[in-house]
Amino acid sequence: MELSGAEIVVQALKDEGVEYVWGYPGGAVLHIYDALFNQDSVRHILVRHEQAATHAADGYARATGKVGVVLVTSGPGATNAVTGIATAYMDSIPMVILTGQVPTPVIGSDAFQEVDTVGITRPCVKHNFLVKRVEDLAETIKKAFFIASSGRPGPVVVDIPKDVTDPNLRIAYSYPDKVEMRSYNPVEKGHLGQIRKAVDMMLDAERPVIYTGGGVVLGEASAELTELVRLTGFPITETLMGLGAYPSTDPQFIGMLGMHGTYEANMAMHETDVLIAIGARFDDRVTGKIAHFCPNARIVHIDVDPASISKNVRVDVPIVGQVKSVLHDMLRVLREHPRKSGGERIKGWWDRINGWRTLDCLRYEQGPGAIKPQYAVETLYNVTKDDDFYLTSDVGQHQMFAAQFYPFDKPRRWINSGGLGTMGFGLPAAMGVQQAFPDATVACVTGEASIQMCIQELATCKQYNLPLKIVLLNNGYMGMVRQWQEFFYDGRYSHSYVDALPNFKMLAESFGHVGMRIDNPADLEAAYREAFAMKDRLVFMDVIVDPSENVYPMIEAGKGHHEMHLSPHLSSDRELA
Amino acid sequence: MRHIISVLMENEAGALSRVAGLFSARGYNIESLTVAPTEDPTLSRMTLVTTGDEAIIEQITKQLNKLIDVVKLVDLSEGAHIERELMMIKVRADQAMRDELKRLADIFRGNIIDVTDVSYTIEMTGDGAKLDAFIRVLDPDLIIETVRSGPLGIARGGKRLAI
Ligand SMILES: Cc1cc2nc3c(=O)[nH]c(=O)nc-3n(C[C@H](O)[C@H](O)[C@H](O)COP(=O)(O)OP(=O)(O)OC[C@H]3O[C@@H](n4cnc5c(N)ncnc54)[C@H](O)[C@@H]3O)c2cc1C
Ligand SMILES: Cc1ncc(C[n+]2csc(CCOP(=O)(O)OP(=O)(O)O)c2C)c(N)n1
Ligand SMILES: [Mg+2]
Repeated sequence: MELSGAEIVVQALKDEGVEYVWGYPGGAVLHIYDALFNQDSVRHILVRHEQAATHAADGYARATGKVGVVLVTSGPGATNAVTGIATAYMDSIPMVILTGQVPTPVIGSDAFQEVDTVGITRPCVKHNFLVKRVEDLAETIKKAFFIASSGRPGPVVVDIPKDVTDPNLRIAYSYPDKVEMRSYNPVEKGHLGQIRKAVDMMLDAERPVIYTGGGVVLGEASAELTELVRLTGFPITETLMGLGAYPSTDPQFIGMLGMHGTYEANMAMHETDVLIAIGARFDDRVTGKIAHFCPNARIVHIDVDPASISKNVRVDVPIVGQVKSVLHDMLRVLREHPRKSGGERIKGWWDRINGWRTLDCLRYEQGPGAIKPQYAVETLYNVTKDDDFYLTSDVGQHQMFAAQFYPFDKPRRWINSGGLGTMGFGLPAAMGVQQAFPDATVACVTGEASIQMCIQELATCKQYNLPLKIVLLNNGYMGMVRQWQEFFYDGRYSHSYVDALPNFKMLAESFGHVGMRIDNPADLEAAYREAFAMKDRLVFMDVIVDPSENVYPMIEAGKGHHEMHLSPHLSSDRELA
Repeated sequence: MRHIISVLMENEAGALSRVAGLFSARGYNIESLTVAPTEDPTLSRMTLVTTGDEAIIEQITKQLNKLIDVVKLVDLSEGAHIERELMMIKVRADQAMRDELKRLADIFRGNIIDVTDVSYTIEMTGDGAKLDAFIRVLDPDLIIETVRSGPLGIARGGKRLAI
């Protein structure tokens, strides 16, 4: 088969099994767009801003586990995509981003719409390529998909100069079945000796905690994790990125940990003697001050990326490998072991944890006045819990309230930007999820500041009939910023008031969607039910919430897990440590 | 502590900038860095000298290994190894100074590789300390220009860094 470079791009995507490409055309990719025109196996979704293309592909990847694909033009197309690429990079999301580039003869001459895309994206990709010859195109695309989806996943940029896609330059095409790279061989299986060591440590534990993260979701190891937790009887806490890998409604789940984690999870971290970290990277929002982190614990760490191990916190038993494979082996060693873990040995520990639980650290009071954001999320849960439901989020207080008050029982259902914390992520990410699962209920919880960062995508939702449910927790502030200013800047609310807000109901309507404005707690549930019953319409719910609410518990940056700020609603006479 | 790390990497455009970018992005020290293709033209070998405590050096080697273009690396400081650096130093050499400069160069096993009416250019290899010592024995006013390659390193004995 003889194909042009542009046709090779499209054919390679087909051969890779790609269903959707999110993109935006421009000069440098016009040959590729022309090749997209006369085919229907790869569906192109036209966004309204390249940032949204990356977030949509990212949302698709998070929900499905497949590689998300993006196509943008050179120069501004590529730079607009950078925020989304960095977002995916920080959360280890598999993506391939195809960027147009100026023709090879003029590279380096400040040609029209030329930027050094490989240079600009280098620090925020797993790898990137500049394809200089059409002969290299198919293999490079194969490599890009392989690198993006194996080992620790991540985004890969393939920068394609326009002349490489020249329709008149045709070459024989064949797509490689697989690629071998001598410089890239991600580890699969964990070291059995290390796994045995870890198991011995777990059997001796009196105050164990299993701490898991996004790696369990990325590595499709929920079933193995669930079995491990059940088999050991140990308490489990999850990072923001790990939520749903173990059923949140199960009593062994003690909540999210970290800056806005539960009292019981953070106290358990502070007192644990054996910490089993699985696919989590000891982020500073999780550890707090390193000097106070798990002061009494020996630590096991399972991670596919050796560089994640002992990066921030030194660990005692490192295990490098795919979490699914390592947990599989660990379960076998545990089952065959003459000794049993958990049971009586950790009964006292559970008593202590259950004691912390009685504090009910997430308690809030919903009166007849303003809608509390916590109530808005809790009600959302009650209305949607029986649905095939996905929730994406933007960044801010609403994101934390969603993480705290929406118990996810399955992985890949909670989709948010954790590592980069990118406002504007929620709506386009939801588009990607809905595209992947047309029959599922997909909602996006957002803030009035965040939603305005990619609000133009309401048009994309209209064009492709994406019946998203947008739940805007409108507190009139950049709430998360306001909260920090209240706590740490004596209430000097510098530029965190979100003034000149549009009428979101009318705005949504002007895009052809359904808009609602809800400000009475008594109306909330009925309004949600009405909105979620509109299966084929996008409904934008502007939920006016209490502007003064804060996210609790909170560990200030630089403090230890035992130094949480608790909600003023909780009785203050409680001994905290 | 000072470490000398040898890296075998794909001889690809941009590979060097990935390493340089890694060091600046993560705030690692870099004292010197040299790179050239090996006998296998598809591979380059880079030698870099860096400083940091044990944890930092561990992160540096892990992060380098994580670069897709890096095939293999070794921290030579972990074992017995040899280091050599090349220096070329151009000095003022009027008639009165010539004998003395030649004698000094001989003592340090340097070669004079360019001669003009007014200058000598001396080539010298050795470890960094030797080259420093040579510079110290010269009158600073005599030095016109120096250029140093940065150290290269290789492990002692039969071990090798290869694929
Ligand atoms: C406003 C805001 C507040 C936040 N507050 C909190 C908070 O209170 N608590 C909290 O937890 N986070 C919080 N975060 C998120 C935080 O910034 C980090 O994104 C998050 O803690 C990182 O989660 P993780 O450790 O699970 O790592 P991830 O980023 O999910 O990394 C996954 C790890 O698993 C490894 N891995 C990947 N795939 C595999 C595999 N197949 N097998 C084995 N290992 C694998 C990777 O190498 C990596 O080390 C907040 C973010 C924002 C924006
Ligand atoms: C692109 C971007 N810019 C700035 C920030 C810093 N930031 C974090 S949360 C936040 C406020 C978000 O406000 P809103 O969307 O209204 O959510 P709320 O906290 O009020 O729920 C800001 C500005 C960010 N995370 N991302
Ligand atoms: Mg807000």
